[in-house]
Amino acid sequence: MRSFIYERPTTLAAAIDLLAIHGEAARPLAGGTDLIIRLRDGTLQPEVVVDLKRVAELRPAIEERDGALVISAGSVMTDIAAHPTVRERFTSLAEAATVIGAVQIRNRATLAGNICNASPAADTATPLLVHGARVVMAGPGGTRRMELDDFFVRSGVTVLQRGELVTAIELPLPPGRVGSVHLRRTRRRGHDLASVTLSCAVDAHGVTRLAYGSVGPRPYLVTDGSGLLADPAAGEARDALLQEMLDRATPSPRSMRSSPRYRLAMLGVLAHRGLALAIQRSGR
Amino acid sequence: MSQLIPITITVNGRERPLEVATHHTLLEVLRDEIGLTGAKACCLVGECGACTVIVDGRSVDSCLVLAVEADGCAVTTAEGLATDGRISPLQGAFLDHGAVQCGFCIPGQVISGHVLLRDNPHPTPAEVEEGIAGNLCRCGCYSQIKDAILATAEAGEG
Repeated sequence: MRSFIYERPTTLAAAIDLLAIHGEAARPLAGGTDLIIRLRDGTLQPEVVVDLKRVAELRPAIEERDGALVISAGSVMTDIAAHPTVRERFTSLAEAATVIGAVQIRNRATLAGNICNASPAADTATPLLVHGARVVMAGPGGTRRMELDDFFVRSGVTVLQRGELVTAIELPLPPGRVGSVHLRRTRRRGHDLASVTLSCAVDAHGVTRLAYGSVGPRPYLVTDGSGLLADPAAGEARDALLQEMLDRATPSPRSMRSSPRYRLAMLGVLAHRGLALAIQRSGR
Repeated sequence: MSQLIPITITVNGRERPLEVATHHTLLEVLRDEIGLTGAKACCLVGECGACTVIVDGRSVDSCLVLAVEADGCAVTTAEGLATDGRISPLQGAFLDHGAVQCGFCIPGQVISGHVLLRDNPHPTPAEVEEGIAGNLCRCGCYSQIKDAILATAEAGEG
């Protein structure tokens, strides 16, 4: 690993200053489960590494505030997967946080880091999308909030500007019951990256949200507000609509984990399964 | 030129003031500076678990933690599981069940088993599998390792 200057700010303002001053030469460090791999293999060679773990405002915390469940940027997968509100009301997120890596990775990897890496295969991206997550960012120009769907640009790229970092993820607490599920295909059981990911949420009004990843340059969110998908008795029209909702998938033939044909076939399977499970969990 | 940073980590109960290079991992410092070679350098991408240690109560891949990140933390390695020179009941169960073949992955396996039983004294076989999913064994001793962990739980010695 190449040497670098290590900074350990304790306030958000100091962290933003460091990232703004050094720009591309600096990399923020949260859990390190992606960054340290890339530092070691040389794909990233920052001059400065800014460790965010001692920043007071980013400390691990999952709490209800102003009608939303707010997950701070320092929160790790283990705590998200175990949190009672996440498990009960944002089930697909709990399920996704549970299947990432293995215990050792989940003890370090942060939700914010998973989002900022913007991998199309990120397991937490699709559940956050179906639950309408917002990203809270802070930078030299102040604080802003954005729907997660607008935050992703393409693989590895987000809207984050120089000096800007994610401080929290907000999940609006839905008024009624929402059934949700996260499904994935991997090459082997246990510790593996996903070849296809799919999350589905069905709310009390019969609105269905589907999000899928690892089948294009970014994860996609599609919504059916007609109630057709949430109605298991709807028949052929429903199958056609479901198929149409999956048509943004354009898996790359260059990806090593599985072929495009396999991914598309499995996406259809996961969509049917996910929809059935989400309806069941919604209590409709 | 590399920046040296003074840190203090408590390793297996003993406080260690050190000066570490910013780009050295906890694994490198444990092995090369402190001389604890239980945690192994193997895949170095957080997949094999041979470098597993406990940092402030949680198991982590020490190849993915910078030594400076562990400043002020308590670290337990496989060497720290023994008390007064006697191996732990879990370590004994590994021997009794033939879970140790080449032995390379075992320090990481026993750390994962130890943490699992601490948090969940009576795990199901599936929970044991999930608990050690981040520890690969190229000798393929998974069923013996699982048996050793389950037997320790049954004996109430986790």
